[in-house]
Amino acid sequence: MIPVEYYIILSAILFTIGVTGVLVRRNALIIFMSIELMLNAANLAIVAFSSVLKSFSGQIFVFFVIAVAAAEVAVGLALIVEIFKTKHSIDVDQMNSLKG
Amino acid sequence: MTLDLVLFLVLAVVAVATAFGMLFSKNAVYSALFLVLNFVTVAVFYLLLGAPFIAMAQITVYAGAIMVLFLFVIMLLGAERLPDTRVLPWQKPLAIGLAVILALESTYLLLSKARPAGSVLLPGDEVNTVDTLRALGMTLFNDYLLPFEVTSVLLLVAMVGVIVLVRREKGGQKS
Amino acid sequence: MHLSEAVNTGYFFLAPWLVFAPLIGLLINLIFGSRFSEKGIGTVASLASGASFVVSVLLAWSLASSHGAAVTVPFLEWIHIGALELDWAFRVDSLSTTMMLVVSGVGTLIHIYAIGYMHEDVRFKQDPGRFRRFFIFLNLFIAMMMILVSGDSYLMLFVGWEGVGLCSFLLIGFWYDMDTLGRPSWANSNAAVKAFVTNRVGDFGFLLAAFTMFWALGSFQFDEVFEAAHTVAPGIIVAITLFMLIGVAGKSAQIPLYVWLPDAMAGPTPVSALIHAATMVTAGVYLITRSAELYMLVPQAQYIVAMTGAITALFAATIAVGQYDIKKVLAYSTISQLGFMVAAVGMGAFVAGMFHLVTHAFFKALLFLSAGSVILGLERGHHHLAHGHHDDHGKSGGKAGKKKESQHKDEEHGHDGHEVFDPGDMRNMGGLRKTMPVTFWLYLIGTLALAGIVPFAGFWSKDEILLDASLHYPTVYLLLSIAAFFTAFYMGRQIWMVFFGEARHEAAAHAEESKPIITVPLMVLAALSLLGGALNLPFEGFHTLGHWLEYTLHEVEALPLNLQVAGISTLLALLAILLSWLIYGRNPLKAGQPDPLKKPLGFLFTGMENKWFVDEGYFAVIVNPFKKLSQFLADVVDWRFWHDWFHEIVIAGTYNWLSTTALNLYADQKGIDAFANWLGTATQSLSAAMRKVQNGFVRSYALSVLLGVVLILGYLIVK
Repeated sequence: MIPVEYYIILSAILFTIGVTGVLVRRNALIIFMSIELMLNAANLAIVAFSSVLKSFSGQIFVFFVIAVAAAEVAVGLALIVEIFKTKHSIDVDQMNSLKG
Repeated sequence: MTLDLVLFLVLAVVAVATAFGMLFSKNAVYSALFLVLNFVTVAVFYLLLGAPFIAMAQITVYAGAIMVLFLFVIMLLGAERLPDTRVLPWQKPLAIGLAVILALESTYLLLSKARPAGSVLLPGDEVNTVDTLRALGMTLFNDYLLPFEVTSVLLLVAMVGVIVLVRREKGGQKS
Repeated sequence: MHLSEAVNTGYFFLAPWLVFAPLIGLLINLIFGSRFSEKGIGTVASLASGASFVVSVLLAWSLASSHGAAVTVPFLEWIHIGALELDWAFRVDSLSTTMMLVVSGVGTLIHIYAIGYMHEDVRFKQDPGRFRRFFIFLNLFIAMMMILVSGDSYLMLFVGWEGVGLCSFLLIGFWYDMDTLGRPSWANSNAAVKAFVTNRVGDFGFLLAAFTMFWALGSFQFDEVFEAAHTVAPGIIVAITLFMLIGVAGKSAQIPLYVWLPDAMAGPTPVSALIHAATMVTAGVYLITRSAELYMLVPQAQYIVAMTGAITALFAATIAVGQYDIKKVLAYSTISQLGFMVAAVGMGAFVAGMFHLVTHAFFKALLFLSAGSVILGLERGHHHLAHGHHDDHGKSGGKAGKKKESQHKDEEHGHDGHEVFDPGDMRNMGGLRKTMPVTFWLYLIGTLALAGIVPFAGFWSKDEILLDASLHYPTVYLLLSIAAFFTAFYMGRQIWMVFFGEARHEAAAHAEESKPIITVPLMVLAALSLLGGALNLPFEGFHTLGHWLEYTLHEVEALPLNLQVAGISTLLALLAILLSWLIYGRNPLKAGQPDPLKKPLGFLFTGMENKWFVDEGYFAVIVNPFKKLSQFLADVVDWRFWHDWFHEIVIAGTYNWLSTTALNLYADQKGIDAFANWLGTATQSLSAAMRKVQNGFVRSYALSVLLGVVLILGYLIVK
């Protein structure tokens, strides 16, 4: 048997790697993938808790999260494509015209 | 050290390694592939946690649909690699430092304050997949029917939005 | 108006009409007078005054039938502050009714006379519009005089006292913008101011007396004051009575404040008769008589009053000898006679003083009005001479307005060619006995009464005063006897100069007798001057006035006729008249000839002629230093110190410095503005600094979010 703490620590590590990816990488696609990683980490924690609590609510939340993530990825990738069409780059550091 | 734990540790190492692989790959295609591997690993965790439906959804939606879409876009745009520019020199060390702090903090918080009693899958628990799925389905279509339907609307909206975003005007560039 | 029980019998409830009858007449003339003819205005005013006289008679009759018990008619609550309770109440007793009768009786006669006099005067002065004003002032005077004599407290008396002072001022300055000939001049106005200012000095004394009285005795009410007077130290009473004497000296023209009265002759002659001879100037005598109980307590004060009166009597009589103006002579005579009265009341001979007051009112009013008639006669003669050749000026009468200006021009033009003609100067007269016979006889009666010849009224009253003086105050007796001698002398001189001899001026030769409206009131006054002595004959059973006043004054000495005193005074009077005949009558004065006394008396006559230089002395000692001081105060203190230095430099300068430098530059610009500006620039630069944070890099924003998350989690852990 595996204590729930192990899953939580694993979830935290994966989440942190996702955060680091968002902050460190300049490629918009990889940033997007890091966000998906963070969502996965959160999902993992939720499922773990759901398992401990013997409840289906957690699994249903994760199901919704996956559905929303799918929609998000579809819209997000469409936006990246559009940006690339105008800027010919997907480097987020190039997209800084919206500033004070 | 039980077999369960060995399996967990091996899978955990794989998950973390693939995550790092995604993070450090210069080529976006590799990153995407590492992420697919990671998603699959997480799906195995879901199975271990007695959530086979979620595990299947993870494989089909994430590892299948979403990551294929990613790969498709990467290759469509030809943006596997980016030229090396150093616009924000202090961003990387700061980000790493803060991320480490975040990891420690969240771990501490989750362990010390938010931990529910008990552990995952007590010995001798039988996992009846069919029963579990039936129960999940009952819950989903009784208690969470409205959010479920709203999610479908959300997906429809996303689909329409994407079509509008990438549509070309007749006879050339869109405005 | 509420009436007390004591007023249920008789006509006492009519007392307020003493004041309100003339006031109503005044208001009628003020509001509707512009539509009345001159006769209408005069009739209204005379009727108003006459109504006052009728009320006085009724009051006197009611008083006599109730055996002289003094009655107070409450009328109005005036001032009630703490212990101070001042009401307007009418005091009807034998003393006040005597004054009421004299004032309203003589006043009414003078009103009637003034209808005729002013008719000619306003035409001679080219301003018929002032006819109505004159009668309004006269009625106001009667009302004020009634307040004075009928008040039952010193304060109401003072109200009237000031009121008659105001009327005196208004009437002296009646022709304020012209002289007796209608030429532009401020002499009359100056005379009015002089009278007012001099009276003010006296009124100040009265006020001091009143304040001392209220402080020491706690009341202004006559009865309460007299009652309380017995309980305080005599020193206080001396102070009160002597302060009062200052007031008396001002109003009744005694030394040293008499100087205004001769100048007051600038007013129209009826005014001189009514206010400055018969009534107002006797208010001081009335005041002392009214305060008899106070004066009886302090013989020292009585002595001072008596000496003041006696010295004034003699001093003024000597000046009268050296005067040429017919009214000036009478003015100094008035001062002299007032001196007699003041001396009498000072000696405690209150009945004698009041008696002389009454008879003097008759014969001095007669003399003044006759003098007015003489002046009018001369003016008529002069007018006849100057404008005889163009007739339209003869009737400058009812046509006022447009025509007036052209006439005025003509008048000035007409005067250009002639020498200055003064119709009041006795040197321009002479021989008027033939041209103005009625006036002559009337004047003669007045003169004999004033000179103190048996059996005219003046003899009896003056003799009573001299008799009293001979018994108690030999010095006063001596002074008054000499004064009486001078009186007879200057009146003789006047008679000889005015009515006998040859006319010294064409105008005198062409003088015309006055109309009946002028002469009839004079005849009434002449009858009174002739028979007025019957009021108080020095024989047993004939002390009518004495008994009458005894109701009020309590201790009255009824002296029998003293043949020695009467003989001496009559002898002196006859001697003086004889002397005057020797000097002025035997060899009548010729035109341009100097006074025959000038040579033998030398500098003495110069002194008399110039009023012993008292006016000059006052100017040198008081008026000019005062003017210099005023000028100094105005120029140096007020203008240079207060205005130029204090206001301009200290206050305005400080204010300017405060506003421009301290407040504007430092507080506002460098303080508030600077702070506000700093706030603005600080916000601006802060924003500029903050703007750099908004660098547009999505990753930076994400880093900020992470930082926030880390901090919040850290907070949760630490908490």
